[in-house]
Amino acid sequence: MFRRTIAFGLSLLLAPLAAEAQQRTRLTVYTALENEQLQPLKQAAEAALRDIEIAWVRDSTGVITARLIAERQNPRADMIWGVSVFSLLQMEGLDMLEPYTPLGAEALRPNFRSDRKPMTWTGMDAFVSAICFNTVVAQARNLPRPTTWADLLNPAFRGQIVMPNPASSGTGFLTIAGWMGSMGEAPAWDFMTKLHENVQVYTHSGSAPCNNTARGEYGVGISLDMRAVTLKNQGAPIEIIVPTDGVGFDMEGTAIHRGTRNAEAAKRLADWAVTRDAMEMYGRWYAVLALPGVQPTVRGYPAEFEQRLVSMDFRAIATRRDQILRDWAARFDGKSAPRN
Amino acid sequence: MASGAAPYLVVEEVSKAFGTVMALDGVSLTVAAGEFVSFLGPSGCGKTTLLRAIAGLDPANSGRILQAGRDITALAPAARDFGIVFQSYALFPNLTVAENIAYGLRGPAWPKPRRASRVAELVELVGLTEHVRKFPAQLSGGQQQRVALARALANEPGLLLLDEPLSALDAIVRLHLRQEIRTLQQRLGVTTIMVTHDQEEALGVSDRVVVMNHGRIAQIGRPEDIYRRPANPFVAGFVGRSATFIAWVEAAEGLLQAGQDGWRIAADAARGMPRGTRVEVFIRPEDVRLTRPGEGGAGSFPVTVRHWEFLGPVCRLTLAAGPQRQLEADLPPDAAHALGAMPGAALAAEVPPERVLVFAADA
Amino acid sequence: MPETRPDGTVALPAAAQQRVAGDALLLRGGLWITASVLAIGLVLPLATLFVRAFEDRDGGFAGLENFGRYVTTPTLLAAAGNSLWIAAATTAIVVPVAFFYAYALTRSCMPMQALFRTVMLIPVLAPSLLPALALVYLFGNQGMLKGLLLGHSVYGPIGIVMAQCFYCFPHAAIIMAVALATTDARFYEAAEALRAGRGRIFATVTLPGARYGLVSAAVVVFTLVVTDFGIPKVIGGQFPVLATDVYKQVVGLQDFNMGAVVGLVLLLPAIGAYLLDRWAQGKRAATLSGRAVPYAPRPRRQRDLPLLVFCLGVASVLAGLLGVAAWGSVIRFWPYNLSLTLDNYDFARFDAAGWDSLLVSVRMAGLAAILGTVLIFCTAWLLERGTRPGRLGSILRFAATLPLAVPGLVLGLAFILFFNHPANPLGVLYGTLAILVLNSVVHFYTVAHLTAVTAIRQLDPEFEAASASLKVPAWLTCWRVTVPMCLPAILDIAVYLFVNTMTTVSAVIFLYGPDTKPASVAVVHMDEAGQASAAAAMAVAILGVTLSAKLLQLGTARLVERATQRWRRR
Repeated sequence: MFRRTIAFGLSLLLAPLAAEAQQRTRLTVYTALENEQLQPLKQAAEAALRDIEIAWVRDSTGVITARLIAERQNPRADMIWGVSVFSLLQMEGLDMLEPYTPLGAEALRPNFRSDRKPMTWTGMDAFVSAICFNTVVAQARNLPRPTTWADLLNPAFRGQIVMPNPASSGTGFLTIAGWMGSMGEAPAWDFMTKLHENVQVYTHSGSAPCNNTARGEYGVGISLDMRAVTLKNQGAPIEIIVPTDGVGFDMEGTAIHRGTRNAEAAKRLADWAVTRDAMEMYGRWYAVLALPGVQPTVRGYPAEFEQRLVSMDFRAIATRRDQILRDWAARFDGKSAPRN
Repeated sequence: MASGAAPYLVVEEVSKAFGTVMALDGVSLTVAAGEFVSFLGPSGCGKTTLLRAIAGLDPANSGRILQAGRDITALAPAARDFGIVFQSYALFPNLTVAENIAYGLRGPAWPKPRRASRVAELVELVGLTEHVRKFPAQLSGGQQQRVALARALANEPGLLLLDEPLSALDAIVRLHLRQEIRTLQQRLGVTTIMVTHDQEEALGVSDRVVVMNHGRIAQIGRPEDIYRRPANPFVAGFVGRSATFIAWVEAAEGLLQAGQDGWRIAADAARGMPRGTRVEVFIRPEDVRLTRPGEGGAGSFPVTVRHWEFLGPVCRLTLAAGPQRQLEADLPPDAAHALGAMPGAALAAEVPPERVLVFAADA
Repeated sequence: MPETRPDGTVALPAAAQQRVAGDALLLRGGLWITASVLAIGLVLPLATLFVRAFEDRDGGFAGLENFGRYVTTPTLLAAAGNSLWIAAATTAIVVPVAFFYAYALTRSCMPMQALFRTVMLIPVLAPSLLPALALVYLFGNQGMLKGLLLGHSVYGPIGIVMAQCFYCFPHAAIIMAVALATTDARFYEAAEALRAGRGRIFATVTLPGARYGLVSAAVVVFTLVVTDFGIPKVIGGQFPVLATDVYKQVVGLQDFNMGAVVGLVLLLPAIGAYLLDRWAQGKRAATLSGRAVPYAPRPRRQRDLPLLVFCLGVASVLAGLLGVAAWGSVIRFWPYNLSLTLDNYDFARFDAAGWDSLLVSVRMAGLAAILGTVLIFCTAWLLERGTRPGRLGSILRFAATLPLAVPGLVLGLAFILFFNHPANPLGVLYGTLAILVLNSVVHFYTVAHLTAVTAIRQLDPEFEAASASLKVPAWLTCWRVTVPMCLPAILDIAVYLFVNTMTTVSAVIFLYGPDTKPASVAVVHMDEAGQASAAAAMAVAILGVTLSAKLLQLGTARLVERATQRWRRR
């Protein structure tokens, strides 16, 4: 009796291990998409492609990029889906992407797809950096409502600003890339040096600043628009401010990792990733989509924010990504020890 | 059982070292079938090591051990033919008395009914029939000892090894049990080796005693030989009580002189020793005969009672024979009172020459 | 030659001899299995880590260049300094508190000692992230008690030290309770007979008697703090410490060589502490005599009442933090909507793995507990009771104590470097449950090993000799006697492995794969994303599992006792 119980328990523990060997093709997909987007996307994709199973490996953009690059001799990813175009272009430079033009990719907006033939990546959506502004904290602490990036240099915000670390967070990187695009490089560094005085903490992830601001830990969180909208829809006392002095934006894209053992399945998933169905999924969270004519269903975005996007040369910035991050770390990572 | 002529167990030049310490140094002995042999010696003399070498628990480094004509030196314990009782008994605490005894009765040779009847037979043998369902912790020390004995005998081993089997028991149980073990051994006729540091135990139950010291055998012999005719000063000093002193052989046959005061004593053992030989002399307390001053025989000498100790059946007197020599004498309390042997009393003492133990001193 | 007995049985069939040889082979084989587990799970990974610290990114020999880069990078050096002073501060707070708490448990007649003993153990069952999350609710910028910090931020050294105190307290208290419980009552009788006052007795008998316990406790707390990763990750803010640096170098920057260097730096205090602790243990063992008379305190109001108040204070802080975390996990939207909800437990909303990560943790911990207990107990038995383990035995004995000196984060890093090496055929294990289980078993090997050894040493040393003389193979005696007798210790080991594997973050954060993300890592990720409530909920869920395991142990302990420990009753 006792022995049987033990044997039963053991089989329970071991059974799922055995079950992992399944019929469907497993694609290991590296992603930097938001956590809550993974499950619906996986379900939708797997429903459309019944013989494919998606195994997500998720981390912040910087981390997942570094990991992909570190693993490139011994790759573990089959696909990259939902990672910043900056990162994809950097990987393209390292010859890590499998050239393939997904069916229907030509229909995407021209600046939302690779300019190579065959394409190395396809776009999904674009998102911008935005300011999450906690109105309750603002009232309590008498913070002025910022409308531009420059407003954040106001000493009233000292210790009240939280922003993502660009080394690990894609949002962090697109934010400073946007500043460089709109202000020019030297003034942007100057701006960041001043802003650093007001920043309480640089977070690992791009959504954390907005989450923390929504909980009132800080008054101002520099984050991505999509996160801010979701939180506002949940009832957080935050306002989403898209600064009027130009915001950086980033595209997320899809690519096939060179050398994948599941090339056929990966190509079919890449095909699906540019379909209208997929675009409608992206549209649940993002306001700007790669496929023209798809109406995003997400609510709460500020109107006419597309006009405020700075013009960005993605490839130029991507090639300098490493250098920019090193400079950033040298300036701000080192100084950011305890500051209360 | 092996025939009477060939010894049942032969130990040849067995040595064993633990690091740099020689625990056994070229030990040889034989044990006849059905014999009860005790290994006696002070702690650290190698007696337990020798027992464990015979059992194969701590195999010897060199030498040979033969049991019933078979070389068992290199065999693992389980391949040998013995039963053993440990000092701690090593009873399995989570098994009942019956389960403990039946522990080694396994395999096709021991179907359930046969095993059950063997266990019943053994508990009967050691008188524990009403305790079979108890756990060791519920038994007294003596009862545990009997379980251990029954367990060791269960498989009808050719050789029974007892490692200090009685040392954990109190004095009365000990006396009783050692007689029981001896009776049982004689009844079953099983060749037995017992390790003990208690000389009374060894002398009382053994056919022969092996006295050991520093990893070597000091003497092998029947108990009485060991006591009466020790082969060397170590055995003389270790077995039994004795007063000891240094003396020299005088010119006269069998006469010894000790000290500056010209004190002399006759000893048969000194006959034939060259004059001037330096010797060690041992005199046992029960060999000293006391008389009133002047009433002694030719060999008597004067002594003074220093100390008086009442031990129950006997009194032990500490005697001064001259300024530097002390002797001890045992005599019944009544006799001591009759002699007036109180501290300070002057008496005469004599020792029969055949009882004086004499050994040539080495240096 | 088999000898035929009068009764017709064959005394020594030739097969018996072969069986004996087979036995010895089996026993030796067992030791080799453990040796290979420890080689694959400890020695080779650490060796790889060591080598990588001297390599450049492309695998060439870099000499001391990485170390040069380390000492010239001010942030990295600052982190080392931070780690040390944080650990020192925590030790200075925790050890005295633990001492008096343990003193109250062992040397007073304070009421409710059993309850205080139970409460004291709670933090062991929770992941270290849990107190850190609770502190955010209490002292964060919207915290209920924020005012108590006088304007200082909880994100940084203050928060780290507070959370570490909670996390380390039981470890120190257990050690102190043991040290104080084993003092000989006769010293007190002697001191009283010599008319020493209470203060003098405390200073001359109690403190010296507990001094090696104090050293051990201090060393353990110091090491725990230096090597813990979860707490500084959650509440450290921008305050860098060694453990978060390893993570940042490896996960953030994918700089494995610098990660290896920081890992080696992290190993230093851990090894120093390990050596100091061994020294203290040895000294302490020497002061204990087998005949010590246990000390039985007599009631005394002036002592018992203040101690009761003190213990109530400590216990309510422990329980309070736990309560805050649990409460935080059911708040709808902290701090603006305090209505209660179970939405935060709908983990799929926050993390792709959802509840699966808890399932992964349970499976990982369950396997580590079962396989680890079997391996560790069998090895301990072979080392203690097998036939002359020889040189392999002494190597294993030493290797078994090593994992205690290796911080989880370092072990985890060593694992990726070793298993992810392109030339390693064991690379297929990377990202599987198997590697997580192996890592956990090795990580928690030492304490489990020592528990097993202690239990086995309490048994009569002649069991195996007795069974050999009865021609019963040693493994059978192990199964029939040793295992049943050690069952309470075996359960202890299993639960210890289970609980620690459930709660550990540091060792597994580098090792999980797409479908094997443990719950504790999910807590880190949800906290990283700013989902504090969900992180708290997952931490509480982990606590729920470990608490159930502990309760199950207490429940089964009674059943097991009835079934197998009957012999203890007289």
